[in-house]
Amino acid sequence: MKINSSVLLSKYIKAYTLKMVSNAKASHVGGGLSISDILAVLYNNILHFDAQKPLLENRDRFILSKGHCCAALYATLALKNFFTLRDLNSFAQFGSNFMSHASHKVKGVEFSTGSLGHGLPCAVGKAMAAKSGKKKWEVFVLLSDGELNEGSNWEATLFASHHNLSNLTIIVDYNKLQSLTTVEKTIKIEPLKDKFEAFGCYVSEVNGHDHKELEKSLSKTNKKNSPKVIIAHTVKGKGVSFMENRVEWHYKSPDKDQLEIALNEIGVML
Amino acid sequence: MRNYFIDLLTKEAESNNKIMLMVGDLGFSVVENFKEKYPKQFINAGVAEQNMTGMAAGLASEKFHVFTYSIANFNTFRCSEQIRNDIDYHNYNVTVVSVGGGLSYGALGYSHHAIQDYALMRSFPNMTIYAPGTRSEITNCMKQIFKSKSPAYLRLGKTLPKNFKKLYKPNHCAPGKWTKILECKNPDSRKCILTTGAVIDDAVQMQKKEEFSNYHIYSLPIWGMQYKTLQAKQINKWDEIVTLEDHLEDGGFGSYILECNSNIKTAGETKIKLKSLNKNVCNTVGDQDNLKEHFKFAH
Repeated sequence: MKINSSVLLSKYIKAYTLKMVSNAKASHVGGGLSISDILAVLYNNILHFDAQKPLLENRDRFILSKGHCCAALYATLALKNFFTLRDLNSFAQFGSNFMSHASHKVKGVEFSTGSLGHGLPCAVGKAMAAKSGKKKWEVFVLLSDGELNEGSNWEATLFASHHNLSNLTIIVDYNKLQSLTTVEKTIKIEPLKDKFEAFGCYVSEVNGHDHKELEKSLSKTNKKNSPKVIIAHTVKGKGVSFMENRVEWHYKSPDKDQLEIALNEIGVML
Repeated sequence: MRNYFIDLLTKEAESNNKIMLMVGDLGFSVVENFKEKYPKQFINAGVAEQNMTGMAAGLASEKFHVFTYSIANFNTFRCSEQIRNDIDYHNYNVTVVSVGGGLSYGALGYSHHAIQDYALMRSFPNMTIYAPGTRSEITNCMKQIFKSKSPAYLRLGKTLPKNFKKLYKPNHCAPGKWTKILECKNPDSRKCILTTGAVIDDAVQMQKKEEFSNYHIYSLPIWGMQYKTLQAKQINKWDEIVTLEDHLEDGGFGSYILECNSNIKTAGETKIKLKSLNKNVCNTVGDQDNLKEHFKFAH
């Protein structure tokens, strides 16, 4: 499938995410929908890659640290022709490489994640490698807001800032909902911008569903000598009325009827 | 041991600019020479072992051979999930180097007693454990490590055996293969003490006792889950094996040999006894030699 618009791409990412999660009776559809616009802009407008050569030396590296939302990443990669859309049917099935946490056994997935707090340190290692080899490629890592509870992220941010890793972009999917309740009621992370700035990062805040804002903030024009942090304000379950801002869609999978309604609301019938 | 390790690493870095040494803010008076010679291949990750280990995975994914260096449990237990998920699962070329194996830092207390590390590190499918006990074993382990592209755990004790010059000096130690260290008076004896790690002196002292005078001394410095199938033939050669390790019994080296023996069709024909550290050492502080003596290690 050839899609040249990030807006259209994001609709298909959402539709396939819903379908995969529904078919597999899997979880984390809400978080998948909250990152679909970010993935669409990244893969349509920002990242340098060749789907036929997933290990292209000078490709940009992207790590999905919130690996539980991998359905959206797999859908993105399929829509960008790393593999076929039919391959997505094996999501979370016995013997499949498409496990329901991001797997490096899938073409185009840089790094397996699933336990939170692992993506950023690995991204920092890759950024160090690029810097030490004076490579032009850049590293992007997408974290969840709840994931910021993990101390390893702050260890990595300290390090990245100390070493002026301007080739590193950290995106926070700030959908304000964690596993049981809101971020605010779980472990407060505000003032988040101030925190990252205090750690020495160059921080911007954007509407994580506005493609123009996302593209502008993600563009590789970080003229600061520090890692870039983009706090993307998002809505968990974005695009599906009965899922938006509902904590239960961290777990539930849509049944047939719910899937049909959801696809109608997204505006893509598969 | 650590000085000899760093000498070998420094030498290797001369011809291999993909060697990367990462330290967890440790290594005073050990790592300086490496750092001065190869500043671009040295990273002090600070006191942050989780990040150090995750970064090591990231660097290794970009073709570096990374050595994460720290003492005792800091770069093993503290970041065990990073070793499990980021390094071992991806089969990355990272060598975790822990100095102070066993009770080397005995006086520093339980936090510094590395006496459960084999149990942790041998539970990872791709991990090879390198536990040298002599200078030549360190040389051979390092040769293997430089050649290998897979995860490794290098466990170093504090000092080399005091009488190492009298021991056999093998030119080669292959993964999973036992190495002859010292023969007993009776060359036909079918009994042996099998060590791993820096306990050669303890084995030699054991052999001096009447009870063990008829036991040869062998070591198995390179082992792990993937070398279990190589053990059967070696175990079968003996009537009796006494394993010796400066580690707690549970999940350790002796347990590994017992598991290997249980997979042999003729299991039970070789008598295997385990000698390890008394668990009460966990609550006791003292110099390594005093602790070993107090708890009758290798008696």
